[in-house]
Amino acid sequence: MNVQLDFAAVLSEWPLLLTGVAWTLGLTIASVIIGTLLGIGGAWVRARGFGSDMAPAWLKAVVTGYVELIRNTPFIVQLFFIFFGLPAAGFKLSAEMASLIAMVVNLGAYATEIIRAGLEATPKGHIEAAQSLALSRRQIFLWVALPPALHKIWPSLVSQIIIVMLGSSVCGQISTEELSYAADLIQSRNFRSFEAFIVVGALYLLLSVMMRYALNWLGATFLFGRR
Amino acid sequence: MKLIQRKKRRFVVALAMTSLFAGTTVQAQTALDDILKSKVLKVAVQTDSAPYGFVGTDLKPIGLDIDMANYIAKKLGVAVELVPVVSASRIPALQTKKADLVIATLGKNPERSKVIDFTSSYSPFFQAVFGPKSTSIKSFADLTGKKVGVTRGAMEDQELSKLAPAGTDIKRFEDNNGTVAAFASGQVQFVALGASVAASMMTKNPQLATEYKLLIKESPNFIGVAKGEDKLKNKVNEVLDEAKKSGELDALSKKWLGRPAGDLPL
Repeated sequence: MNVQLDFAAVLSEWPLLLTGVAWTLGLTIASVIIGTLLGIGGAWVRARGFGSDMAPAWLKAVVTGYVELIRNTPFIVQLFFIFFGLPAAGFKLSAEMASLIAMVVNLGAYATEIIRAGLEATPKGHIEAAQSLALSRRQIFLWVALPPALHKIWPSLVSQIIIVMLGSSVCGQISTEELSYAADLIQSRNFRSFEAFIVVGALYLLLSVMMRYALNWLGATFLFGRR
Repeated sequence: MKLIQRKKRRFVVALAMTSLFAGTTVQAQTALDDILKSKVLKVAVQTDSAPYGFVGTDLKPIGLDIDMANYIAKKLGVAVELVPVVSASRIPALQTKKADLVIATLGKNPERSKVIDFTSSYSPFFQAVFGPKSTSIKSFADLTGKKVGVTRGAMEDQELSKLAPAGTDIKRFEDNNGTVAAFASGQVQFVALGASVAASMMTKNPQLATEYKLLIKESPNFIGVAKGEDKLKNKVNEVLDEAKKSGELDALSKKWLGRPAGDLPL
């Protein structure tokens, strides 16, 4: 039992850890905002009773292709494709930008399917009631169908967001300075891998719990109200 | 009844914890005996740093480091088991006892000497900054504001971090393949690499018009052993000493690097 834990060696690198937390959080928040909007758009196109009945066929094909492509390939392959692959086609992105795009694109595809499920669960009577009040299609979607849909699927969307945040740990592979990158850098300097990963694991746990609370509160306050 | 059960559970947890930590305890110099008893020498090698360690056409690891591993195993009269690692996992492989020896272009520095022990060196090596021929870089100061790719945790990472000015944008990648891919795709303007990796990168990608720019460090390769395993270390040193005298080290170096091993430090 004489293993000696030296947390001071890891914690003394706090500026690196702090930068890591900031990047992980920043990337996640930005991809939540853009990814959820993307998901709402995608969900409208694919949902029965909404875009599925009125959107042009090419748009439906594009969204279906996007969702299938992203949900059936690993995140790290998508990330490497954007960072190492696209420069061959002339699109050179910084590591941070490539990470953000990969996370947005990834979350957008999953959010599309999650939100679509919520939209399709809207009772027909609600839509008909709105139509009889002469609301426009856009008003019906934004004010009648979407809020209860988001309310229903919010827990699973929040879980997906947490998964994307934890998944951002592979962005360190392309030199984005997020939290896992900090852990790897610290343990490659002082070889305190046990302590480094304990500390970073605890930070991820803390971030996930905080993120879940914050999103639950934000959703209830701004998107669909408390019941 | 409940109390007994709880006590039992506590005992099981304690037992599990003990065995967990026992794995990381420094055992008193048993590595050599274990190797001789099991007749297997586990050697950590890299497969992304030709010509030291890389994958041949038959998908098996080959190279100077692999030849060295086979040579030492033969001298000990045991079989060799190669454990593939990447640059950053070389020292953890020793700490977690996944390998008895690390023969993977491992350079010696004070930070590493704190956590593992080194035998004498067995092959020559140097690290340098490489970049496009079209750029003119005369000193490390010229790297200010430039993106320089490096493999995280490698020797060149630590040395470059000390030598390069504060304004250098050092981008760290997981392994040599990632670093080379970042340079080849133009994500970084310069790379800090070991000579061997750079050489194979340049022969495989002539279109990049890459050249040697700045020397980071001459750093011959050493064999790593777990901290405190002096018996194993001394035995390997004996083998190396003999190989040096018989010209075996020079022959290996000539075969893979095209030049004799030269004067290697102990």
